[in-house]
Amino acid sequence: MNKILTRNQLSENVVKLTIEAPVIAKKRKAGQFIILRTHKKRSERIPLTIADADALKGTITLVFQVVGKSTAELAAFQVGDSINDLVGPLGKATHIENFGNVVCIGGGIGIAPMHPIAQALKGAGNNVTSILGARTKGLLVMEEEVNKASDKVIIVTDDGSYGEQGFVTNALEKIINDGQKVDVVVAIGPAIMMKMVCKVTEPHKIKTVVSLNTIMVDGTGMCGCCRVSVDGTTQFVCVDGPEFDGHKVDFDGMMKRQSTYVDLEKQSYDIYKSHGCGNRCTCK
Amino acid sequence: MTLTPAERMKIPRKNMKEQPPEIRVKNFKEVPYGYTEDEAVEEATRCIGCKVPQCVSGCPVEIDIPKFIQQIADRDFDAAIETVKKTNLLPAVCGRVCPQETQCEIKCILGKKHTPVAIGNLERFIADYERKKKEIAIPKIKAKTGHKVAVVGAGPAGLTVAGDLTKMGHSVTVFEALHRLGGVLMYGIPEFRLPKEILESEATFLEKLGVEFKVNSVIGMQYSLDELFEEGYETIFLGTGAGLPYFMNIPGENLNGVYSANEYLTRSNLMGAYDFPNNDTPIASSKNVAVVGGGNVAMDSARTAKRLGAENVYIVYRRSEEEMPARKAEIHHAKEEGIQFNILMNPTRLIGDDSSWVTKMECLKMELGEPDNSGRRRPVPIKGSEFQIDVDCAVIAIGNGPNPLVPHNTPDLETNKWGNITADSETQKTSKEGVFAGGDIVLGAATVILAMGEGRRAARAMDEYLKTKKW
Repeated sequence: MNKILTRNQLSENVVKLTIEAPVIAKKRKAGQFIILRTHKKRSERIPLTIADADALKGTITLVFQVVGKSTAELAAFQVGDSINDLVGPLGKATHIENFGNVVCIGGGIGIAPMHPIAQALKGAGNNVTSILGARTKGLLVMEEEVNKASDKVIIVTDDGSYGEQGFVTNALEKIINDGQKVDVVVAIGPAIMMKMVCKVTEPHKIKTVVSLNTIMVDGTGMCGCCRVSVDGTTQFVCVDGPEFDGHKVDFDGMMKRQSTYVDLEKQSYDIYKSHGCGNRCTCK
Repeated sequence: MTLTPAERMKIPRKNMKEQPPEIRVKNFKEVPYGYTEDEAVEEATRCIGCKVPQCVSGCPVEIDIPKFIQQIADRDFDAAIETVKKTNLLPAVCGRVCPQETQCEIKCILGKKHTPVAIGNLERFIADYERKKKEIAIPKIKAKTGHKVAVVGAGPAGLTVAGDLTKMGHSVTVFEALHRLGGVLMYGIPEFRLPKEILESEATFLEKLGVEFKVNSVIGMQYSLDELFEEGYETIFLGTGAGLPYFMNIPGENLNGVYSANEYLTRSNLMGAYDFPNNDTPIASSKNVAVVGGGNVAMDSARTAKRLGAENVYIVYRRSEEEMPARKAEIHHAKEEGIQFNILMNPTRLIGDDSSWVTKMECLKMELGEPDNSGRRRPVPIKGSEFQIDVDCAVIAIGNGPNPLVPHNTPDLETNKWGNITADSETQKTSKEGVFAGGDIVLGAATVILAMGEGRRAARAMDEYLKTKKW
């Protein structure tokens, strides 16, 4: 169960895994996520959005960035290893219909969860323009997959090492200012990026869907850890989301909540790195 | 040695020895040590063996209480556990977490003049006796019927249904959303009240009985109920629990350091955050913790906070101690451990610092007015009585709604206005043919044993349905 079939290092800190998970592969829809635990004892539950799936082969694809102990352990897995626990699909699927002209924005690792949504929107007949943003060329992932799922792709990097120099918001503004009709924007990436995208679209009253990645424990509505204020009411990202109307999300509150365990997460990761024995560590 | 009833009644009730409060607040080990064999026999001897025993009628799963107590008094412990397990497959759990004082023990005739027989302690003793012996007897199972049953949720209701139907010869698969079995017994009830090793041992017993468990299986998401039927399951039991925490909807509730009790307890119990960083899941390490609520979950949260190292732990409750829904024993334990009770207070807002971490809880003082619908006196705020307490962690333990995943994904399943699944109180039948439901998903947040009682009734009706296919 949950066996890793392929492993690709997409950039220094970004890894792509294909995992045997036939039930999830068959059932998942764009926008949904899984929760996994790397090891039997001691491991935490971490949510990751499904980047792709193949129902026939019975596989799902996860693309993730190493940010702490659990993602480092996951990155240390090799082909043939198995992930201890894998549960999903979780969360509500993206609402897909033919809106007309859609702009899909993926920032950094957010490109991975954006990909299946672009795919589904294109499948529904939309004209899909994707904007991919990264700090630098080496950190840009899944360009080829997004190309297939889009009618047009615009690439921006902070340092100008690839595509246009600037932020995803610059590219979006250009599209809007050029007078191109935009019916819906989908934005997935760092909270600050999604907030800025919403600031661009709000005056133009362009419907903007964002996918939130708050801290979760169970992922089934049971604990409320992932809660966020949307339109003044508390919503649970795991069961009410992960996608919401970006113009109604309290991004500032959400970003503060995401920092709850920064110190403890660093402590945990530092201990892990000081051991240097990867995910086969039994010395604790 | 034969004693007269009068002589038996003179024997004082035997209390279990416990870890002293100053020691136990520094560890997560179980609080009572349990009876020794001699203590159990002595306590069992107090039972006068009523001709018409009232205690049994107080037990939602109808354990033959006088019989197993007599067997303990006779030191026939193997027979005693067999008696208990005839109707209760989770005795080590029930002996610990059932509110016996309002169920079987309240009916005990000895309680009229003296103190009731400690039925719960004896149940716990006999279950522990068998577990320690490491030879758990597997009851006889009827011949395989060939019928397939799906149980959704491995909490107390689901485990009871699974055990009962397996004994009747049906093939039962239990789907559990989390990575460990037990439901609220695993994520909610702390180690110091219900050691997880005991829970695992009872689950292993069910596995040996023939129950198939599938963890990491979220029904409603992975499979719809109709897909389970298509997979060949002929009937389904929904025991998905009260898994959606309520918040107070007051300002500051999303500050860092503010938890639902479910989250606080899940981190500590299910994920083992009390042993961070040896376990990966973190939890706030706090100095001053306010727990809002007056139920068992509030007591569990407060006592967990103390064990996680908090100096001051407050229970903040809007009514008086009289109205607290928590068991008296839990309130007593909490007080012994230095939990401070701030009664007749209601939080109005939470205040945070620049980094968005909670620093203060503002409360209003309350007084009791006329009784409300629940029969309890309604708390009425005293105008202008606002005051603040310093906190760096707040835990909201004001109850849970039903978990939405199955109802949301099953349009033909009827729910009430609170979102609980509607089920017949005799048969646990829902509005959807072949689907039964019980426990907190039907009752709202109730007790472990009531959930098990519903599971027992559902199992009977499901067996009937499998035989007749009549709805």
